Amino acid sequence: MSEPFLIGDSMTGGYGKGPDILHDCTIAVNPGEIAVIVGPNGAGKSTAMKAVFGMLDVRSGAVRLGGEDITKLTPQERVVKGMGFVPQTSNIFTSMTVEENLEMGAFIRRDDFRGTMEQVYSLFPILKEKRNQAAGELSGGQRQQVAVGRALMTQPKVLMLDEPTAGVSPIVMDELFDRIIEVARTGIPILMVEQNARQALEIADRGYVLVQGRNAHTGTGKELLADPEVRQSFLGG
Amino acid sequence: MIDFLNGLVALTNFVIIPATAYGAQLAIGALGVTLIYGILRFSNFAHGDTMAFGTMATILVTWWFQSMGLSLGFLPTALLALPFGIAATAALVLFTDKTVYQFYRRQKAKPVILVIVSMGVMFVLNGVVRFIIGVDDQNFNNGERFIIAAREFKQMTGLSEGLAFKTSQGLTIVTAVIVVAVLFWFLNKTRTGKSMRAFSDNEDLALLSGINPDRVVMVTWLIVAALATVAGTLYGLDKSFKPFTYLQLLLPIFASAIVGGLGSPLGAIAGGFVIAFSEVTITYAWKKVLTYWAPESLEPSGLMQLLSTDYKFAVSFAILVVVLLFKPTGLFKGKSV
Amino acid sequence: MTNNMRTVALFAGMAVLLIGTGMVQGWNTALLVLNMGLISAIMSLGVNLQWGFAGLFNVGVMGFVALGGLATVLVAMAPVGEAWAAGGLRVLAGLALGAATIVGMVLMAKRMAAGRTRTIAMIAWLIVGFFLYRAVFDGGVGAVEAIDPAATGYLGGLGLPVLLAWPVGGVLAAGAAWIIGKTALGLRSDYLAIATLGIAEIVIAVMKNEDWLARGVKNVIGIPRPVPYEVDLQQSESFVERAAGLGMDPTYASTIFVKLSYGVLFTIVLVILLWMAQSALHSPWGRMMRAIRDNETAAEAMGKDVTRRHLQIFILGSAVCGIAGAMMTTLDGQLTPGTYQPLRFTFLIWVMMIVGGSGNNFGAVLGGMLIWWLWVMVEPMGLSFIQFITSGMAEDSGLRAHLLDSAAHMRLMTMGLILILVLRFSPRGLIPEK
Repeated sequence: MSEPFLIGDSMTGGYGKGPDILHDCTIAVNPGEIAVIVGPNGAGKSTAMKAVFGMLDVRSGAVRLGGEDITKLTPQERVVKGMGFVPQTSNIFTSMTVEENLEMGAFIRRDDFRGTMEQVYSLFPILKEKRNQAAGELSGGQRQQVAVGRALMTQPKVLMLDEPTAGVSPIVMDELFDRIIEVARTGIPILMVEQNARQALEIADRGYVLVQGRNAHTGTGKELLADPEVRQSFLGG
Repeated sequence: MIDFLNGLVALTNFVIIPATAYGAQLAIGALGVTLIYGILRFSNFAHGDTMAFGTMATILVTWWFQSMGLSLGFLPTALLALPFGIAATAALVLFTDKTVYQFYRRQKAKPVILVIVSMGVMFVLNGVVRFIIGVDDQNFNNGERFIIAAREFKQMTGLSEGLAFKTSQGLTIVTAVIVVAVLFWFLNKTRTGKSMRAFSDNEDLALLSGINPDRVVMVTWLIVAALATVAGTLYGLDKSFKPFTYLQLLLPIFASAIVGGLGSPLGAIAGGFVIAFSEVTITYAWKKVLTYWAPESLEPSGLMQLLSTDYKFAVSFAILVVVLLFKPTGLFKGKSV
Repeated sequence: MTNNMRTVALFAGMAVLLIGTGMVQGWNTALLVLNMGLISAIMSLGVNLQWGFAGLFNVGVMGFVALGGLATVLVAMAPVGEAWAAGGLRVLAGLALGAATIVGMVLMAKRMAAGRTRTIAMIAWLIVGFFLYRAVFDGGVGAVEAIDPAATGYLGGLGLPVLLAWPVGGVLAAGAAWIIGKTALGLRSDYLAIATLGIAEIVIAVMKNEDWLARGVKNVIGIPRPVPYEVDLQQSESFVERAAGLGMDPTYASTIFVKLSYGVLFTIVLVILLWMAQSALHSPWGRMMRAIRDNETAAEAMGKDVTRRHLQIFILGSAVCGIAGAMMTTLDGQLTPGTYQPLRFTFLIWVMMIVGGSGNNFGAVLGGMLIWWLWVMVEPMGLSFIQFITSGMAEDSGLRAHLLDSAAHMRLMTMGLILILVLRFSPRGLIPEK
């Protein structure tokens, strides 16, 4: 199997000086793919993503981006290397306008990013409509779109989303997933942690089921949806 | 009709003009406080004495210029000295940040610790200023004193009430408008300004976006130094310079910032004027104006002063308490409790 | 038990400093420093209660101290009969009206539904109440202040023994603290700081301006004292004999005796308060207070009413400061509102507590005495230091004159430096919290 574009390889680690939360966990994303991390509560899904992003102490194992070992880099440095990260909460500048949020997303870029901004607006038309409105005034789903748009402004080589549909109504969730698929179609690999396992696996090329910080099941989205063990444990049969 | 005009002139002369000038001074002072609160996240008790330091530096350079014969015609020489005063203050605050505040910021200490430390800085600064320039009143306003003097006005209009518009007052208002305009342009239209607003809004996300915290902090202090020096100098030109006064201004300045909403620049300005106008109107002896405006039978016999001028600070404080009780985020929804 | 030994050693060191002062500068000076040091220690203790136990940042300590001073006047000075007859009742009636206005507004705020009606009603009530209050009050005040303004011009006090004023000072301060606490607690600590600063300014402004209350800036002198007067001692034969027996001149002996007596009284009060504070610290209540301080959210989740606890501590700490204020005015023998400088003295007390050790009662006491000693000593020490530095300069050098002049201002700057240095390098203070 060719080297995946982004891989967190056999990661073991925890927060600060605390106990290990992840045990020999592997997450990988191939170019042009949507990879999804699902699992029961407390399984370590967000932790695994944070480990890949560098917000965690990885005590053994490595993280590689495009073949390059980035295990020792800080999150900010990883952003420069091409990672885009959308946190679960507090992921927009509420007092700034939508357009200013996108501008801040492109902060590390020194070139003209208006082209990228137009791209984001075509992906998320509602943002173009509300470009001069304060981001904090938008609805939950729209705010999530601002958050994703903000991360896209650096033209990242991989996009990581931490529970993008958390706290959002089912209709908006569908729309968000549609948008995510649109983004994937532009060629950016996407790594996503999701609580809504069924819908997430339906759009996933690759799925990782984590239980207690370990890989429990791995496969394509369809395989996992069909797997009786997976369905029984937390897809509701 | 004449009576009405006279009353209006008296009102303008004793209430509206002084309150506007005072409000502008408070507003600029409060802007500094609110910026530090929004970005550096603590209430800087040393701000009053920073203003004193800036004014002192400006005065020293002004004296030097005056001794060399430099002047600006009808404007005070202090304006020429202002950039130098700002530079000196900028050096001071950057030094203080590096030696004192940075340590606690890196440790993510509780904000209240920073406030206590700023109290220490306040007294050190206070001592330094008094050491360098002494405690006496300094009047450094040269140039034309009045744009319109009371006598000229009476001659021009034939009214019995005079209107005096001091140069320092006019200067205050004009400078305040310019400073505010420049600041708002900077915060809203430049990349650095926006990054500062982003940092104030959501620090973690700002760091994630690659915004350099040290740079934001440095630019903040530079702006604060400029604001403090300008506010202090304008106040000193208008009234006079005495190190002790700036300590006393701390309460109305903080009241202005809190009333407007701590962290909101627009709020600081609004708050400054609210406090200034309240202080002046509540402690003003309305007898004069009412004598002009009220019909003969209702003319007041007493001074008609709601509160004596000694209670000026009580006014700021009372407004502050009311705002804290009913709307802690302030008029413009800054960061609250 | 090195901790306890360290505490004892530090206090012994303090004693050595005082004895040294006595030997170098005279025993009167040393006793003066001791007495004011004891009072400062009590204030520091009060502030420590608020900060060390509850993390409350009170910058308005001076206001409570001033209220304590006011209490001595209100309790111990003789009532001025004529003033009372002329306008006393009217003044009280005016005050009652003012209070009713405020209470009415508070009730309206609480009982009525939010909305325009309530706002209009409150404003109307305020305006009517205010003008009624002024109409009644001003007349009374004018009459009172007209009675012999040079000597009295105020209502006087209750003519009770002055020692009673000390607890009354505490009560007065507690009352003010209750009002402030109700409004300002539950807010962020910077807001509390500014609110307390504002209240201190108001209290002192009231004392300076309301002549009918305590003569304002004309000051009240001749406040009765709990210890004998020097002149009386000098004229008492038994005293002169005993002084001669000890080889002391009677005048000198009388001054020493008076100061020592104060010292004893103050020490007794300090010991009582310290004992109470220590018991509180080790009690379940004290542990709960500190638990709240360390993790407010957790405490609230466990059902502790944090704001109410904070209010309790705030009141207690302020009461202690009020007692100290009464003691200070008694020591001075006069009430001079002009000398209360809110920020400066409050700041000094904070330095005392932090240097001594915040969160530790003994630390607060030690800090109080040490920093007061330093405060008094810095001036002569600083002066001699500057004289030493400038000794090489020409006699009429402007710089030298300037430096010598400024020596006096160096005290606050030194204190500021000490605060910054201690917070940075030794934040737990001399006697850390256990």
